[in-house]
Amino acid sequence: MLSTKQDDEQALQNIIETFRGKKGITISLLSKIQESYGYLPQEVLSKVAKELDIPEASLYGVATFYAMFRFKPLGKYTIKLCRGTACHVQGSLLIAQEVMRHLGISEGETTDDGLFTLELVACLGCCSLAPVMMVGEDVYGRLTPDRAVKVLDGYRTNKRGEGNNG
Amino acid sequence: MANTIVRVGMASCGLASGADSVYEELSKVLVGDENTILKKVGCIGLCSYEPLVEVEIEGKRTIYGYMTPELAKELVGSSLQPTSVLKEKIIYSDEETRAPENNRMAKQVRIVLRNCGIIDPEKIDEAISRGAYEAFSKAVKEMSPDEVIDEVYRSGLRGRGGAGFPTGLKWKFTRQAKGEPKYVICNADEGDPGAFMDRSVLEGDPHAVIEGMAICAYAVGASHGYIYCRAEYPLAIKRLNIALDQARERGFLGDNVFGSGFNFDIEIKEGAGAFVCGEETALIASIEGKRGMPRPRPPFPAESGVWGKPTNINNVETYANVPWIIRHGASEFSRFGTEKSKGTKVFALAGKVAKGGLIEIPMGMPIREVIYDIGGGIADGKEIKAVQMGGPSGGCIPSWLLDTPVDYESITATGAIMGSGGMIVLDETSCVVDVAKFFLNFTQRESCGKCPFCRIGTKRMLEILERISNGEGKMEDLDLLYELALQVKEGSLCGLGQTAPNPVLTTLKYFREEYETHVKDKKCPAKVCPSLIRYTINTDLCIGCTRCARICPVGAISGKVKEPHEIDDAKCVRCGQCKQTCPVSAIFVD
Repeated sequence: MLSTKQDDEQALQNIIETFRGKKGITISLLSKIQESYGYLPQEVLSKVAKELDIPEASLYGVATFYAMFRFKPLGKYTIKLCRGTACHVQGSLLIAQEVMRHLGISEGETTDDGLFTLELVACLGCCSLAPVMMVGEDVYGRLTPDRAVKVLDGYRTNKRGEGNNG
Repeated sequence: MANTIVRVGMASCGLASGADSVYEELSKVLVGDENTILKKVGCIGLCSYEPLVEVEIEGKRTIYGYMTPELAKELVGSSLQPTSVLKEKIIYSDEETRAPENNRMAKQVRIVLRNCGIIDPEKIDEAISRGAYEAFSKAVKEMSPDEVIDEVYRSGLRGRGGAGFPTGLKWKFTRQAKGEPKYVICNADEGDPGAFMDRSVLEGDPHAVIEGMAICAYAVGASHGYIYCRAEYPLAIKRLNIALDQARERGFLGDNVFGSGFNFDIEIKEGAGAFVCGEETALIASIEGKRGMPRPRPPFPAESGVWGKPTNINNVETYANVPWIIRHGASEFSRFGTEKSKGTKVFALAGKVAKGGLIEIPMGMPIREVIYDIGGGIADGKEIKAVQMGGPSGGCIPSWLLDTPVDYESITATGAIMGSGGMIVLDETSCVVDVAKFFLNFTQRESCGKCPFCRIGTKRMLEILERISNGEGKMEDLDLLYELALQVKEGSLCGLGQTAPNPVLTTLKYFREEYETHVKDKKCPAKVCPSLIRYTINTDLCIGCTRCARICPVGAISGKVKEPHEIDDAKCVRCGQCKQTCPVSAIFVD
C-alpha cells in the first residue's frame, strides 16, 4: 500500500504515466489510485489533476458520484451489511442498528481502534441466506442482531468465522 | 471411463454456507478414485438448502442438501449410496419419487440456466461438451447476419432487463445504423436489491453470455464488446475473465473467428457502485469514464451509443437465451410462454417464502404456482400478503391477484413490472408502508440528481412516508403522496425516476387501509414501524429467567431472578431480541 509520503513519488508518477493521453480514463484512474493508497488522498488527486490536465473538480465529480470511492482510509475489516430487499424483510435494519450501537459508529465510519469500517450495501446477492453481512471476505448469513455482534467480537479476539452460518 | 460425477455448488451462496469445506473433504476422500469426477459447479438453484452436493451415477441424479464435511465423508464411505442419515438429506432424486424438491424441479424449464450447476464454469471444455459455441459457429458459418436477426426476432425474445423490448428489433436498428465501429454491451449492473439472477448466470455459465454477445456482434456488425459488471460481484468478474481468456485461446474471440474474417473481442468494465448505471445511457456515460447520468433519448444507443457510435445493449439473461435460440430454432423457443411473452424467465425467489432460490419458469405460469408449487409456500405457515416484483422500479401484487400469469403485459397491468427478476414474498408480518419507504429510501439515494422531480420529489415523498410510519401523518398526506408520485413519474428523464413511485403507487392502490390505520389509529397492523409498537412482558407468564434482560442491548429490561421482569418503554429501541429469546413467549408487541 502506498502512503502519501515522499518516497512513493515515483510510484505515483508511474500511475500517472499509464493514463497520460488516454480518453475516458477517470473511473479507472480513480480506481487505480484507491487500489494503491486504500482511499483517495486529497494531495494525490490535486497532483494527478495538474499532471494530466484534468480539472480537479471533474475528478471529485466522478469520485463523489460512485459509492465505491472514499476519501478516508478503511479499517482492517470492512463490514458490508446487506440492506437489500430480502434482507430488509428479514430484519436487517435491526441488525444494522445493533451493529452501530455495539461498535459506536454510523454508516461509513471506522472504529477508533481502526479495526472495523461499516458499510451498508444495496444487495450482496445471497438473498436466500438473508439477513447477510460480509466481514472482509467472509459471508455470514441467517443473522440475528445478537449473532451479528458475536461474529464481530470474534474478530476482536482473533477468532474469525465464529458463529458462521447458524 | 468415469461414470460417476459428484458436483458441489460453489456460487456465492454456496461458498457463504461452507461449500468449500465440503468440497475439500470430498477431494481428500475421493483421491485416486478414477471412476468418479469431482466438480465445482455454479448455482444449482436450491439456495435454501446450501451447501449442496449432487451425485450423478450413470445419468441418474440425486441432490443432497445441508451438507457438511462429515456427511461428505459418510457419502464417500458408502460408495456414494445414501445411508440412513443421508437419506434424510436427499432433496431431489431421479429415482426416489418422494424427494421433497422433485416437483419444484419438474415445474421449471431450463433454457438460460441450461448449464448452471452442471458444468464447472472455469473449464471451457465442459461448456463445449454441453454445446457451447455451436450456435456461434452455426451463425457465422451458415447464416447471414440478417438471418440471425430474423431468427431472434421470430423467437419472440424480449429484453430480460425489465422493459421487454423485442431483442431482434433492437439488433436490427443497430445493424441498420450508420457509423463505424459498432459496439455491443452486456448490462451486468444488476443493482436491484433482492435480485441475483445475473450473478448466478455469470458465475455458473459465463460462456452462455459470451457466446450470446458474439452472435449479436456478428449480427449487428460490431467488433468490440463491453461487459459492464458491478464491482460487488468479484466472483462473477473472476469467472468471466477466466472464460474470456479460454474463449480467446480456442479462437472464439479475436481476429478472423472460424476463418470467416469476423473480428470480435470483449472487455470487462467494472461499475463503481451507482444504481442509475443500469439505465442504458447512464451506463454508456460510465463506460466513457464520466458520472453515470442518463441523457434524453432519441438518439437511442442503436444510433449513438458508446463514443457516439451505434451500440446494442442487452442484459445478461437476454444474451444467455440467444445461443439456445440459434441452436434449437425460433419455433422451439416460442413453444414456451404466452402469445406476447415467449420463452422463460429466471427469478430470484426470496423473502418470506419457505424455499427461496434461483428458478426458471416458462412465461405465463401464475404467480401462485411459482410461490406454492416451486417455493413451497410461506415460511412458518403464515399468510401471504403480497409479492414484490421488479424491485425499486416495481410494485406489490396483492394476495388476491396471485393468479396473475407471469408475462410482461399481465404484470404491468397490476402496476408492478416484470423487472429483471426479483420476486420477494411478503407475509402478514411485512408492513407495506415500511416496504414502500424502504424502496423510496433506496431510489432517493440513488437518484443521480439531474431531474428535479426525481431528486427533490422522491425526497419529499420519503418524508411523507416517514411521517406516516412515525404516527405523525395526516389524511391529506395520502393525497399529496399520490399527487407527487404521478408528477415524479411524469417529470423524470430515465427509468429510475419514472418508476421510483411504483412501490408507493401499488401499495396505495391495494393497501390504502393499512396506510389509513397508520394515520388515523396510529397503529402498524404488521407490527413493524418502531414508533407505533410497544413491547410488554406479561407478568403472569414471565418466569424470571433473566434471558431477556441479558440480551437487551440498551438495558431496558429489569427484574430479579425468578420474578417477573419489566420493560422500560422510554429506553426500549424495539429491536425485538427479547421477544425472540423468551423461552415461554411472555413478551408481546402491540
